[in-house]
Amino acid sequence: MQYAMMIYAEPGYAEALPDSEREAVLADFAALADDARCVAAAQLQPAEMATCVRVAGGRTLMTDGPFADTKEVLGGVILVEAADLDEVLELAARVPVARYGGVVEVRPVVAR
Amino acid sequence: MLASLVGFLGDFDKAEEAAQEAFAIAAERWPESGLPANPGAWLVTTARNRAIDRIRRERTLSEKIHLLPVPEIVMDVMDEFDDTVIKDERLELIFTCCHPALPLEGQVALTLRALGGLETAEIARAFLVSEETMKRRLSRAKAKIKATGIPFAVPAAHLLPDRLDAVLAVIYLIYNEGYSGRVDLGAEAIRLGGVLAALMPDEPEAHGLLALMMIHHARRRARFSGEDLVLLEDQDRSLWDHAQIAAGRAVLDRAVALSGRGAYVIQAAIASLQTAEQIDWPQVAELYQRLAELTGSAVVELNRAAALAQAGDPAAALRAVDRLDLDGYLYFHSTRGELLRRLGRDDEARAAYQRALELAITTPERRFLTRRFEEL
Repeated sequence: MQYAMMIYAEPGYAEALPDSEREAVLADFAALADDARCVAAAQLQPAEMATCVRVAGGRTLMTDGPFADTKEVLGGVILVEAADLDEVLELAARVPVARYGGVVEVRPVVAR
Repeated sequence: MLASLVGFLGDFDKAEEAAQEAFAIAAERWPESGLPANPGAWLVTTARNRAIDRIRRERTLSEKIHLLPVPEIVMDVMDEFDDTVIKDERLELIFTCCHPALPLEGQVALTLRALGGLETAEIARAFLVSEETMKRRLSRAKAKIKATGIPFAVPAAHLLPDRLDAVLAVIYLIYNEGYSGRVDLGAEAIRLGGVLAALMPDEPEAHGLLALMMIHHARRRARFSGEDLVLLEDQDRSLWDHAQIAAGRAVLDRAVALSGRGAYVIQAAIASLQTAEQIDWPQVAELYQRLAELTGSAVVELNRAAALAQAGDPAAALRAVDRLDLDGYLYFHSTRGELLRRLGRDDEARAAYQRALELAITTPERRFLTRRFEEL
C-alpha cells in the first residue's frame, strides 16, 4: 500500500531557525528521502511561483498564485517531468478535477 | 535588441545587463572611432559577446545558452553585419511577457519594460505606484518566468488562440490606461499593437485591435472640453486626427480581408462607422448585436440599445434596455434617462438620471448628468 504524506508548513519557518536546528531539519528530510520506503519526495518552490489551472467550457484558465483553500481539499499529488511550464500546464488541464470545478496547482520542485 | 538578447541568453536580467554594458562601450568608443555602419547590429553583437564572456567565467550557466559555441567575432568585422542577420525574437518576447501564469499587472509592466523600452520609473508614474513597488512587480514577474520555466517561445498552434487573446488583452489594457488622460501610454499601446500586427500579419484580431486603438486615439482631443466629457455626436470633428482615422481604416480593411470576425475587428468596425459624416446607426446596432452574441456582455447589449435609439426607434431601445440586469451600472441609468426623455416620459427620466447621479464618481460625469437632469 502506498501513502502520500502531504507537508504543510509556514513559509520561511526553516530559515528562521538557528543554524544548528536548520541543519538538523535538512538532515531529517534527507534521511526520509533516502529511506527505502520512500518512492518519491519533492520540496516545492515558494507559493509565489504557483499557477492555478481550471478548465471551463473547454478553455484552460490560469491564474497566478497558490490555490486558496475553500471547500476543496488536497486529493492527490502527481510528480511529472516536463520541458517547460506550458507542457506541465497542458498536463494539469487533463487532470479531471480541473473541469469539475476543482483546481490543479502547479508549482516547480526545488532542484537538487 | 533586448528581445534578441533575451532569446539568446534565456534570461531577462542578464540580457538587460549585457545591453547596458554594450551601450557603455559604445559611448566610450563611438566618439573616437565614429559610428559603425550598423549601430543596432553592433550593439547586439557586442552585448552578446560580453554576455558570453561573463557566462564563460561563471561556467555553471553555460548549459543555459542555446547557441554556444558561438564563433569568435572580431569587433571590426562586425561593422559588415546587416540587421537581418540578427534573428527578430520580439514575438517570443511578447508571448513570454504576456504569459497568463504571470499576474496581469506583472504582464503589463513587463511588456512595457521589455518591449516598450520604458524605464521602471516611467511605468511606475503611469500606474500611480512608487518606483519601488514597480521594481518589485517587475522582479517578481521575472523571477517567476525563470523559476517556473515559462518558455521563451511562440506557443504551439493548439495553444495559440488563447495565448494570443491574452497578448491582445494586455495591449488593450495598456491602451485604456492611456485613454483616461495619459496619452503617452495610448501611443505606446498603438506602437506595440503595430509591432504585433507586423509580426503576425495573418492574424485578423491583431489588425482589428490596432485599428480599434488608432481610430479611438484619433478622436482623443475631441473627447474633452476642458474637464467636461463630450459625447460623440457633439464632438468638434476638426479636432479629430483624420490622417490617423484613415490609417486605422486601412488596418481594419486588412483585418476584414483576412475574414476577421472577432471581437476586436467588430469593435474597430463600429468605431470606423462612428467617424463617418452620416453615421449608419442601423449598421452599428447590427454590429453590436454580433458583438453581444460573441461576448455575452450586457454592457454590449446596452450599447446596441443606444444605437437602436439613434437609428430612430427609442421605444424598441427602451424595451431592450429594460431586459438588462445592470442596476449598479451608471450608463444603464443614464441611457434609460435619455430614452425616457426622448419618449416624453419626463418624470421617469428624472428618476433614472437621479439614480445615475448616485453612481457617478468623477466630476465631469456628475456635471454632465446634472446638466441633463436640469434640462428636463
